[in-house]
Amino acid sequence: MRILETYLLAQRAILRNVLRSALTVLGIVIGVAAVITMVTLGSGATAKVTGDISKLGSNLLHVRPGQGMRGPGGARSSADPFTIDDATAIEHNIAGLTAVAPTATASCQAIHGSANWATSITGATNAYLTVQEWRLQEGRLFSDSELKAGKSVCLLGRTVQKELFGDAPAIGQNLRLGKISFTVVGALVEKGQSGFGEDQDDIVIVPLHTLQRRISGNTDVRTIIVAVADGVSAETAQNDIERLMRERRGIKPGQDDDFHVRNMKELIDTLTGTTTVLTALLGAVAGVSLLVGGIGIMNIMMVSVTERTREIGTRLAIGARGHEVLMQFLVEAVVLAACGGLIGIAMGLCASSVGARVIGVPFVFKPGIVTVAFFFSGAVGVVFGFFPAQKAAQLNPVEALRYE
Amino acid sequence: MRYPQSNSVGLPPRPKLIEFKGVTKVHGQCQTATRALDQIDLSIRQGEFVALMGPSGSGKSTCLNIMGCLDTPTEGSYCFEGVKVEHLSLDQRAVLRREFIGFVFQGFNLLNRTSALENVELPLIYRNQPGRARHIRAMEALAAVGLEKWAHHTPGELSGGQQQRVAIARAIVGNPRVLLADEPTGNLDSIRSKEIMQMLLSFNRQQDVTIVMVTHEADMAAYAGRQIHFQDGRCSVQGFKE
Repeated sequence: MRILETYLLAQRAILRNVLRSALTVLGIVIGVAAVITMVTLGSGATAKVTGDISKLGSNLLHVRPGQGMRGPGGARSSADPFTIDDATAIEHNIAGLTAVAPTATASCQAIHGSANWATSITGATNAYLTVQEWRLQEGRLFSDSELKAGKSVCLLGRTVQKELFGDAPAIGQNLRLGKISFTVVGALVEKGQSGFGEDQDDIVIVPLHTLQRRISGNTDVRTIIVAVADGVSAETAQNDIERLMRERRGIKPGQDDDFHVRNMKELIDTLTGTTTVLTALLGAVAGVSLLVGGIGIMNIMMVSVTERTREIGTRLAIGARGHEVLMQFLVEAVVLAACGGLIGIAMGLCASSVGARVIGVPFVFKPGIVTVAFFFSGAVGVVFGFFPAQKAAQLNPVEALRYE
Repeated sequence: MRYPQSNSVGLPPRPKLIEFKGVTKVHGQCQTATRALDQIDLSIRQGEFVALMGPSGSGKSTCLNIMGCLDTPTEGSYCFEGVKVEHLSLDQRAVLRREFIGFVFQGFNLLNRTSALENVELPLIYRNQPGRARHIRAMEALAAVGLEKWAHHTPGELSGGQQQRVAIARAIVGNPRVLLADEPTGNLDSIRSKEIMQMLLSFNRQQDVTIVMVTHEADMAAYAGRQIHFQDGRCSVQGFKE
């Protein structure tokens, strides 16, 4: 019997009882749909995290004192802080950089009239906006004299502006940060949430000198953000900065760094690694439901073989060989499973496109997982269809014909 | 292709199609074992119409199953056209059935929700006949049983007699050497039964199909050229009407 005939036979057997066939494949449908949805949404989440961090600037290096994320309690506090001189040294000695932005931060209460808002204050130069690719909504940047003299001027993030001034104009107005009065010279465009879920617009930027002298009372620079020019390898720049800093901080060869340079790419790898693991886990859980669906198919095929015992007997009497009967039931199981797979893929793609919109991640179509899901569902049909099919093929024709 | 039923004109005897030598069939094992057939010797020649008769449990159905290569003897030997069936594998016996044997059952055994035409085509599908030729041949077989107008009806839409005619069409569609019928009229009233018997008789006469039929009704057995009576696994009449 040719394969086309076998397929037509299977199709007829499936269509003979549409409702039961539909219920049979439901397990596979749900399993495949779950796998597709999980993996697609997971990929979307990965893409979003990657995209968000890239927005922070994938060409950025963060230079900080301390040993960085080398396990809990890394000797961060013991390290000497950087100063503005370190940033200047980087700017002057290392080639291929577009901007070097020394920054320091403090937390503070911002007050205007009766409005009161707890926010974080970043002391920075104009280069900070360059490396963050951040533009002004209105107003102006800090002037050189303001930066040098440490004047009490500030730029407002959108959130702080809204909280303190509402819809009223903020430029030229005064506000208090702690006990010091500042004049607002500029407002920043809205940036939204970061990849870590924090509000990037909840920020007040003041000249670095101002923060150091009037708020923190020291000369510390917490982070030096370095933007590497296009076409220059971030790794090379990272190595150069590390060498320079070791020299400046008097670290002998063989001694560990007491600072660290963090590459954004490493951060992306870490975070996408996490979402990938989560996606794989969710996919595996969904895969279990696919397995359960396969058992459902086996169950129904067993019932079907019993129910059609007389039919099998008739076929054997007419001259069907054992392997032809086996193929008939196997193909039926595979066609059922593959149909379930196709429906599941369609449903999974629909569900994940809706789901992606709901949880706010991009819809990432992965042809690989669709193909895998389809062939896996087919394989489920083969594996779980084989036992019932074999049972059918091994029926004794005499007994099968006598079966009531 | 017409051979006279009784060989009174002195033609040489026709070759043996079916030959049982000391066939014993034991069902079950040890203490529960029953001898369904006990040392049966019988032969059926090509072109015969034989009725196997006897009360239920006498072994006539077991005998038919062995003739149809559905079952094998526990002891003894069964030759179908000179081929020793007990030495054949399951698949080889399936091929033998496919090419040479047609079955008609008491319960018709048609595939339900499947049209008469498709039911008749079934044996040809297993013979790998291409769709068109298969279709034409199946229609011929349906026409031979007078059901060409009912080709697209499913068994549920046909009467018992019509269903059995579809089953006969299915049995003869592959031009078998022998047609084995297990109580073909058992589920039918006497008028339908006569129709079916007339049909079988005409296939036997006109197309030289050997027919072996199990029945316990004497008036049905009367259509046959020869009757073999079974009792407790043994058979009585064994000679040919020659």
